[in-house]
Amino acid sequence: MLILDLLRMALRSLISHKLRTFLTALGIIIGVASVISMISIGEGARQQTLSTISKFGTNIITIKPGQKKTRHVSTGKVDTLVLDDAKFIEKHVSLITGVAAQVYRSAQLKFGNKNTNTTVRGTGKSYVHLANFEMQTGRYFNQQEINAAKRVCVLGATVVKNLFEESNPLGKTIKVDGKNFIVIGITEPKGALSWFDPDDQIFIPVTTAQKRVFGMNHIQSIDVQAANIEDLELIKEDIAQILRLRHNTPEGKEDDFYVQNSSQWLNSWGDAAKTFTYLLGGIAAISLMVGGIGIMNIMLVSVTERTREIGIRKAIGAKKREILEQFLIESVVISFLGGGIGVLMGIAISKMVSNIGGWETIVSTQSILLAFGFSVGIGIFFGFYPANKAANMNPIEALRYE
Amino acid sequence: MIEIENLSKVYNSDTLSVTALNEVSFKIKKGEFVAIMGPSGSGKSTLMNLLGCLDLPTNGTYKLVDLKISQLKANQLAEVRNRKIGFVFQSFNLLPRATALENTELPLLYGRVSNSVKIAMQALERVGLKHRAHHKPTELSGGEKQRVAIARALVNKPAIILADEPTGNLDSVTGQEIMSLFHDLNKEGVTLIIVTHEDEIAKQAKRVIHMKDGRIVKDQMVEALTC
Repeated sequence: MLILDLLRMALRSLISHKLRTFLTALGIIIGVASVISMISIGEGARQQTLSTISKFGTNIITIKPGQKKTRHVSTGKVDTLVLDDAKFIEKHVSLITGVAAQVYRSAQLKFGNKNTNTTVRGTGKSYVHLANFEMQTGRYFNQQEINAAKRVCVLGATVVKNLFEESNPLGKTIKVDGKNFIVIGITEPKGALSWFDPDDQIFIPVTTAQKRVFGMNHIQSIDVQAANIEDLELIKEDIAQILRLRHNTPEGKEDDFYVQNSSQWLNSWGDAAKTFTYLLGGIAAISLMVGGIGIMNIMLVSVTERTREIGIRKAIGAKKREILEQFLIESVVISFLGGGIGVLMGIAISKMVSNIGGWETIVSTQSILLAFGFSVGIGIFFGFYPANKAANMNPIEALRYE
Repeated sequence: MIEIENLSKVYNSDTLSVTALNEVSFKIKKGEFVAIMGPSGSGKSTLMNLLGCLDLPTNGTYKLVDLKISQLKANQLAEVRNRKIGFVFQSFNLLPRATALENTELPLLYGRVSNSVKIAMQALERVGLKHRAHHKPTELSGGEKQRVAIARALVNKPAIILADEPTGNLDSVTGQEIMSLFHDLNKEGVTLIIVTHEDEIAKQAKRVIHMKDGRIVKDQMVEALTC
């Protein structure tokens, strides 16, 4: 029997049980649709994250205290960096356009009867450029204010929204952990990421933060901006050398700081987002497996129901292989059909998520091929046992079956 | 055409073994019209299954044309059934969702015969059902269904046609129509073996084999007086 005849027979048998075929395919439809839409959501989140992160600038080198052990988890002492390290770098490392020491912590802000919790970031004067912030109104604090540890602050757009409704915040006095600060500027909104809103923070001079708010002598990180992205590695080496000297780290002993640039950070974030995508895809793949079990179940019922048909076919000369193929083709057609509809539905769902939910989604051809191929594979895998059962029936008993 | 020697079939279960067929031997020549008769349990169904290559004997040899059936494997048996044997069943055994034409065509498809639609149509014409070719079994009468089954049995030009109680589910008038169709086919040279328990039917054959308890008790030619 030719494959075309088998296909025709399979289609006829599936069409004669429209509802059953649809319900069986539904498992695959849902599985494939969820694989595609989940991967598209994960992939969209990854791309959006990466593009937003690169908005922060890719020519930034970050120095953090402690030791870098695995990925971006740091261990060891956290108070090994001080403000003078930053000043020293600024003075002695060449090919850089800005250095910004930072301390940051979450604190309560209060204005009038309103209050909000936000990140308070103590920085140097070049931070605003390093982090790609633009001023909306007012100004960033200057070196005099830093030297004098003045109580001035620059607000992010989200903080303004939370603390001041309509009124102009410029020149107003707000309380940061109970201490008075004068608002001297507001930054242009950057737009929030799903897990992080860069506009939900305020900036104060690093000295003020250390002495008057947090009460600490060390700093938590130093950002260094390279003039040219090509010089990043060179600058990193310079910084490491200088800091080892300053910290009197003897030869052979581990650094008490680590240096990385934002592209590394970008990569590790990309990796994390990829893991997230795989996780989503994996969960969706489980539903595809469940769909496959549904196919097997229905095919087993179908084989039992059609025992007599199998007997007839065997009596008139169908070989084992031809019976096997007939039922296998049926289950593959179901999963093929389900896969096709599932792909369309998956694309529709990801479009819907991006249109209604406002999330960016990216449907990749790779995920379509993966889901589709997987569904057909499942059709073969889960269709094989029932088909084999049919092929191995004894024709005499099958003919006698009522 | 058919040579059977000392054919035995024993069914074994855990507790007992049943000898359904006990050392049966006979020959059937080309163009014969044989009726196999006997009460239920006489072994005629077992004999039929063996003749139809649906089952293999426990002992003895079965030669069909020049093939030693007892030595064949499952796939070869399927091929023999497809090319050498046509089945007609009491309960028609047509595929319910296929049309008369598609049912008739099926053996040709399994035999990978080209031009199958045309050949199947000729077979349907032979049994007088060309006009019903595109009807499904549910739309056909019992007699018509059996004609489709005969067309299906004929279509591969088999060496023998095996009919198992072919008139059992039909009224006597329709049954007689089917029998006269068999007669016509036999006249054209088709070898026919009919299993039946009705004397009326058996009388119309040229030779009647009586069976009882797995053995042949009588094997006689019928005088040509019925037709």
